[in-house]
Amino acid sequence: MNNTLLRLSAFAMLVSCTLISCDKDDDSNSNNTEPGTVNIEFKNRAAGNNLELNTTTYSNAMGQDFKFTKFRYILSNFRLKKSDGTYYNVPESYYLIDEAVSNSEKVNLTNVPAGTYTALEFIIGVDSARNTSGAQTGALDPTTGMFWTWNSGYIFVMMEGLAASSPSGDLTFHIGGYKGANNCIRTSTVNFSSNLNVGKDKSPELEIDVNVLEMFKAPNAIDFTTLSNTMGGPTSVLVADNYIDMFTFNSITD
Amino acid sequence: MQNMSSLYVLCLTFITLCFAACKDNENESIDVTFKVPAGWPAPVYNNPANPITEAGFKLGRKLFYDPQLSRDNTVSCGSCHQQFAAFANLDHKVSHGIDNLLGTRNAPPMFNLAWHPTFMWDGGVNHIEVMPLAPIGNPVEMDEQIDNVIAKLRADNEYRFMFKEAFGTDSINSQKMLLAFAQFMSLMVSANSKYDKVMDGQAIFSSEEASGYSFFKKHCNGCHTEPLMTNFTYRNNGLDNTFADLGRGLITQQPNDMGLFKVPSLRNIALSKPYMHDGRFQTLEACIEHYNSGIKSSATVDSLVASGIAISTQEKTALISFLNTLTDSTFITDKRFIEQ
Ligand code: HEC
Ligand code: HEC
Repeated sequence: MNNTLLRLSAFAMLVSCTLISCDKDDDSNSNNTEPGTVNIEFKNRAAGNNLELNTTTYSNAMGQDFKFTKFRYILSNFRLKKSDGTYYNVPESYYLIDEAVSNSEKVNLTNVPAGTYTALEFIIGVDSARNTSGAQTGALDPTTGMFWTWNSGYIFVMMEGLAASSPSGDLTFHIGGYKGANNCIRTSTVNFSSNLNVGKDKSPELEIDVNVLEMFKAPNAIDFTTLSNTMGGPTSVLVADNYIDMFTFNSITD
Repeated sequence: MQNMSSLYVLCLTFITLCFAACKDNENESIDVTFKVPAGWPAPVYNNPANPITEAGFKLGRKLFYDPQLSRDNTVSCGSCHQQFAAFANLDHKVSHGIDNLLGTRNAPPMFNLAWHPTFMWDGGVNHIEVMPLAPIGNPVEMDEQIDNVIAKLRADNEYRFMFKEAFGTDSINSQKMLLAFAQFMSLMVSANSKYDKVMDGQAIFSSEEASGYSFFKKHCNGCHTEPLMTNFTYRNNGLDNTFADLGRGLITQQPNDMGLFKVPSLRNIALSKPYMHDGRFQTLEACIEHYNSGIKSSATVDSLVASGIAISTQEKTALISFLNTLTDSTFITDKRFIEQ
């Protein structure tokens, strides 16, 4: 009985999913070309070079030296802006980018409707709905360590490091929170300097620079002597207001 | 010799019978229909993608009683949440976890969880499905990494079988584990106390219980609201002038949330001593006396209790008689929730 119900509802879900995607296809096939793939690479960069964990010493806007030991973040809700000003919303787009995991910085958007695009928009972090909807998988699986269990919600950006100026010697910047004044969800818009053309046999490469030192820079220059540990709350909001412009356009290769 | 062999046969029969009984238990068919008791609001937890099935419930139950979910395989959820105490931790002021470490809060009872909008004394956990992650990861409770838990389950043939039964595939991940937990926990409905029977017209209150009930409706129902005996709001009921535990304030970091705690349900309250978030009171008398004479003032103390609630000795006795009618003895003996 229960099993039949389960199957029935699974079937119903399948049907509705198909219907929804049909809708989207109709929409995008108006110019009669087949969808293509966009290959995005997020390049974590600091001081003009690729970010290096553990080895390289960087300095923040206050001139305080530090090293990164961990750097990871979740990006979600990707939207591509078309030249006519409308958007293509990428379904189920949740990605965990981890400096320590090779290839995690590569995000491939498949089945993107053919067309000309001028910008990419995404959330740095996780929309509030997915922060409150229970057990998730994929990039949002709690086994990735990006989920706070005692104060439910995702860590959007996780930076850990070492700094002599920090009272403990450690840096712990776990930025997240989706509620009220402590909301750290930020939307990033990356405008392209040249058009991104998508279609059959067109799989353009889009490179986006992630200027990681921005997170400590402006408008709130972070002083490690007074702020070296934050896990949500008002001090995390300061960092979120900094990282909102961390992502910038680098290049498009057709 | 004759005697010996008949004894032997007897023993063998007995052992076989025991096994048969065990086996029976394992295959026993369980009613897993989720029923909303008459007059109750719709449950908060309602995930169409996670209907309660017998196999899913049994898997959730096995997980609940499995010490493998802790770092050194010694502590299960059931070690701190005991059925005879309505799944609270009897006689433990604060939780007692791995390596004999003590926590800072009293283990609350577990029932009617499908109606909870949030979990924990401070409401820090926002969904029943992610609830088990907190105790598993807590260094003074089970102190295990969630990916280690998944690895242990994957290495266990019985779990592979049970996940397949429950979800149609033996590929185990954290989501499926949490869904099974949610099935088990949401079926823990306690709604068969004398109070419920009275409301249903199947029993009547004694005159003492009845006068306790009227007092309750007048002075306690504003927070411990019927029928769940809580409205799940965060309140400061005047326990302290300054807060060793910031409660809700830890979660929101807002000044007006400092010292607030989630209003606990008073169902099964006679079973789950000690009381309050830190287990400071050993008896119901002490809890009631607190409202009568112990209210401490602070910036966030609730206006409903701020000036104390005058309770006479007679009213106290009546109130306790009423609170005793909230005990649901079928819930604490319900075979479905017993470790197998
Ligand atoms: C070491 C003892 C201990 C263990 C083991 C334990 N718990 Fe708890 N549980 C507690 C304490 C203490 C709290 C209250 C914590 C708080 O409010 O911060 C709690 C709270 C809860 C709550 C919230 C109840 C409410 O009214 O909000 C649920 C549900 C729960 N535990 C389920 C579980 C599950 C499932 C497991 C196993 C995965 C588990 N517990 C393991 C001690 C324990
Ligand atoms: C302003 C809201 C409010 C009112 C009114 C109120 N309570 Fe409470 N009650 C609470 C809160 C909040 C707690 C938990 C406090 C804590 O542990 O910090 C609590 C805890 C309790 C507990 C202990 C429960 C447990 O599981 O540990 C009992 C018993 C209790 N109240 C009985 C009563 C009675 C009887 C009345 C009426 C005379 C009453 N309360 C009125 C808010 C209220």
